[in-house]
Amino acid sequence: MPPLFELQDVSFDYDGVPALSRLNLQIERGQQIVLLGANGSGKSTLLRLLNALCFPSLGSVRFEGNLLTRESSQRDEFMLTFRRRTALVFQNPDAQLFNPTVFEEIAFGPLQMQWSEAEVTRRVNETMDLMGISHLRGRPPYRLSGGEKKRVALASVLVLDPEVLLLDEPTATLDPRTQSQFIDLVQGWRDTSKTVITATHQLDIVEDIARSALVMEAGTVVASGSTSEILMNSELLLKTNLIHAHRHSHNGIVHSHPHSHRHSHQH
Amino acid sequence: MSRNSFLFSTIRSFNDAVARSLVSERLSTAPYLLQQFDPRVRLISIFLLILATVFCRRLSILTFVFALSVMLAIASHVSVWSLVKRVWVIVFVFTGLIALPALFTTSGEILVHFPGSLSITRQGLRTALMLVLRVETTATLTTTLVLCTAWNRLLRGLRSLGIPSELIVIAAMTHRYIFLLIETANQMFESRVSRTVGVLGWRQERSITTQSAAVLLSKSMDLSHEVYLAMLARGFRGDIRLLGEQRLRVWDCLGLISIGALAALVIWVGR
Repeated sequence: MPPLFELQDVSFDYDGVPALSRLNLQIERGQQIVLLGANGSGKSTLLRLLNALCFPSLGSVRFEGNLLTRESSQRDEFMLTFRRRTALVFQNPDAQLFNPTVFEEIAFGPLQMQWSEAEVTRRVNETMDLMGISHLRGRPPYRLSGGEKKRVALASVLVLDPEVLLLDEPTATLDPRTQSQFIDLVQGWRDTSKTVITATHQLDIVEDIARSALVMEAGTVVASGSTSEILMNSELLLKTNLIHAHRHSHNGIVHSHPHSHRHSHQH
Repeated sequence: MSRNSFLFSTIRSFNDAVARSLVSERLSTAPYLLQQFDPRVRLISIFLLILATVFCRRLSILTFVFALSVMLAIASHVSVWSLVKRVWVIVFVFTGLIALPALFTTSGEILVHFPGSLSITRQGLRTALMLVLRVETTATLTTTLVLCTAWNRLLRGLRSLGIPSELIVIAAMTHRYIFLLIETANQMFESRVSRTVGVLGWRQERSITTQSAAVLLSKSMDLSHEVYLAMLARGFRGDIRLLGEQRLRVWDCLGLISIGALAALVIWVGR
């Protein structure tokens, strides 16, 4: 069986500005991967390529052995199945929330999949309950707080129950409680067949939401491994700007060491 | 406030626009007369009353419809003061300007004679009053409808009247992103104010406005591209699909029949 995603020598540029460079990658079904990298390292572009929203300038992207190209994106039958199975949560929820009410926002995807109205209504209600946003159903998305918008954006793709979730900075702007709820949700998918690929530079949530990590820098993967291996590699994290050297002094002697924030809790 | 008055007044305008929309949104869900009806019934009823206003040729009947529209607004908790400010004065000034020549050019029984050959006739006055009253009535009815109906429900109502779903979606997205752009523009101006020291000249203020408009346009183009990608990501294939309508209640049907009968009566009596 071919891998879920297979990228071979993929390069991509925005009007001549390179975003990805000769990237090779394989992602298997059921993996929970985190894409780590500083701003501009190519994480969001990679997610868009995986979601067939843009296509490589060079190289190839395959989904279950099928080439994702501009031509294949024109084939309704293939794309309907592809969109049903893979979902992307955008970094900016304002881009994702374009319907007049939260209910209609969440119903948008199922309606495009040509589900019956009764099924759409049932699934939307279930998803709103799951995400704890039923009280927002009649509200316009643009009136919501940042955290509420993120939850609605997540609900708008979860309603399709996709097999592959591509999450672009899902916890940015979330308050600690909502962030914790999000982590619980992702952990709940651990023993399922869901593939979850999360782009982030928040190291404190990495071990909670993924088992393996890819580190990206300047549009290519510079390291991969288990999340604990990657997080232990301070030299790598420092080099890729995921942590910084913290300068301070003890008894008048100035020195510096790598610094990062990790998730901790109290009992 | 005199310092950077242009910047401050722009920010105030943005805030006013958002505040007005909030008030309107709250009013649209409040339990008053018009809000009790299905949006489709509201839309069709107001449309019928506007038709009656347009076809009514008797001043007394038209005055009755105007009074009815004001009562409808009051019963729906629309502030009369806001109608005066936002509708009646503006309509009076602009329609009055259009109606002014009719006062003097329509021949008939002279009411007031001015020095020279200028005079106001009874027929001219009636024509001018009819025009102003018609526009005041239709503007009052449409403002009441808009204030008492959430935008999304109004669009749903329009859809049920056969307006193509593509137009409805475009209107809905335009409305949604107007507020997003207002917020963005507001943040841009606030950030400008927070970094401005001293008094800006008229030329500088104009320059700021032009630059801000250009940046806002660029941002909105980026955002529109993102929105399109987000639609594609959720299965959009160029064909808009929306949820269907709910069934009308007995109360809605009764309301619609009553307004329909009233509109027909106004047209018949006022012919």
